[in-house]
Amino acid sequence: MSRGAAMSLPRIESAGLDAWLVRLFDRIDEANLPWLTALTRRCEAAFGEALVDLVPSYTTLLVVFDPLRLAPQAARHRLAQLLQDLAPDENAAAGEIHELPTWYDASVGPDLARVAEHTGLSVEAVIDCHAGTDYRVFALGFAPGFAFMGLLDARLEVPRLETPRQRVPVNSVAIAGRQTAAYPAVTPGGWNLLGRTSARLFDRDRDGFSLLRVGDRVRFVPVDRRTFESQGGDATPMEAGR
Amino acid sequence: MTVVGNKYTVIGFRVTRAGPLALLQDAGRFGVRRLGVTQGGPADLHGWAWANRLAGNAWGTPALEVTFGGLRLVAERDLTVAVAGADLGATLEGEPLALWRPVRIREGQTLAFATPVNGLRAYLAVAGGFRAEPVLGSVSCVVREGLGGFDTRGGKLAEGDRLAVGEGSGASVAERGMPETAEIDYRQPARLALLPGAQVGEFTGQSLYRAFNAAWRVDDRADRMGVRLTGPRLLCRLASMISEGIGLGAVQVPPDGQPIALLNDRQTIGGYPRLGALTPLAASRLAQCLPSQEVHLVAASREHALAEHRHFLASVGQG
Repeated sequence: MSRGAAMSLPRIESAGLDAWLVRLFDRIDEANLPWLTALTRRCEAAFGEALVDLVPSYTTLLVVFDPLRLAPQAARHRLAQLLQDLAPDENAAAGEIHELPTWYDASVGPDLARVAEHTGLSVEAVIDCHAGTDYRVFALGFAPGFAFMGLLDARLEVPRLETPRQRVPVNSVAIAGRQTAAYPAVTPGGWNLLGRTSARLFDRDRDGFSLLRVGDRVRFVPVDRRTFESQGGDATPMEAGR
Repeated sequence: MTVVGNKYTVIGFRVTRAGPLALLQDAGRFGVRRLGVTQGGPADLHGWAWANRLAGNAWGTPALEVTFGGLRLVAERDLTVAVAGADLGATLEGEPLALWRPVRIREGQTLAFATPVNGLRAYLAVAGGFRAEPVLGSVSCVVREGLGGFDTRGGKLAEGDRLAVGEGSGASVAERGMPETAEIDYRQPARLALLPGAQVGEFTGQSLYRAFNAAWRVDDRADRMGVRLTGPRLLCRLASMISEGIGLGAVQVPPDGQPIALLNDRQTIGGYPRLGALTPLAASRLAQCLPSQEVHLVAASREHALAEHRHFLASVGQG
């Protein structure tokens, strides 16, 4: 594979006794996804029962294997072979398309005003801008089903909160830097909250559990409170000052 | 009698005092890290594997991880158990319980853990295994994610819980002890084998020398996600990186220069530069250290680490 400035890429790096990290790129780009998807699929086929876990992220793929079934050096060799004639998998990387109904409102998105002030946009323009972009899922992590999506319109780039909240309500829709996300569970969090979605992001009772996967496409669709609640959304407001 | 996961189960124990943290753990939750779901599993793989081995169970059988002590159980039937890992002052009917060997318990007897004497985490295996409904292929209990455990919702043990076990098996466990050389004094300074990682060359000045020569102290900020070490400040050219998948035992160094060794419940991706990764046995050893205990990082070769790991697995009947 050839990718211009990526002089020493791809690289296979040590990530422990039972893992190698394949570094394909050195910056975040939607164009990385077809390559990462292709490598993920090839690893599934090539490692078979020796495969323990795969963790794709923005620029890398962590490959965890059973060192009793496949010696680390043999695993490394296999990865090197897979990389030799790797081709981007455009079809698979197209991903599913998800529309996340989202109620943008100060009662559930307490940072709307802060984002408006920081960006110089009106609250309406912030909402239009956030909902007007199609995002890709670059990585999952932080919590089960938590999808890091991008890239956010540069006009909406706002830093994280100086002091993270102790409890971000489930399904909160948030932005930080050039990324956006929706919280699948109640966790601490330092992102700017814009609203809340009624989508079920991580459902224990559904096969596959996580609504969003790396490579998927996501669009936030503004809905009013009535629609949000009729879809099962929880309109309980954030506590003042939290 | 109830059916859990297509296996017949009976109630083996009743919890009469929960203690600070007792969690059900099988080998861990695998194949789902791409969904952001953590690995889970026993923080001390060594102690957990030995407890199961001594109870006559197969690799992967769910056992209890008892952190710090405090747990008290009453047997609801005759059982065979084994406790390995930390010495938390366990007693049976008030008498010291023999560790690292199978022990018969009769219905109505009380098994209690006190406080740490040697190490931090004890593993209680019962012949036939504890039983719970798997979530995402595992019963491993991860409180933060609300997954696994007896309630399937990530709950730690609570007073009044009745713990299901597999019926019948293990009734004729042979008396088998453990080679004494394999029993560990966790109070000694730990030498933790570390496989150097890709960013090791980015640490500047004396940082690498210090990393492998300093006496590190285990901080009190230590849990199943990770253990912070305090000592000389390590400087790295990279402040942060694009988040990427992180393996068990990864030793990351945030800008404050104090390393954090990541354990079983770590987040699946992270963006700090890393010195490398502890071997699975080194991560196990660290999980038995109490705050303020001294540890040393020792650069290890992959070949040596693999041989050691294979030897361990063979000794507990795996591989």
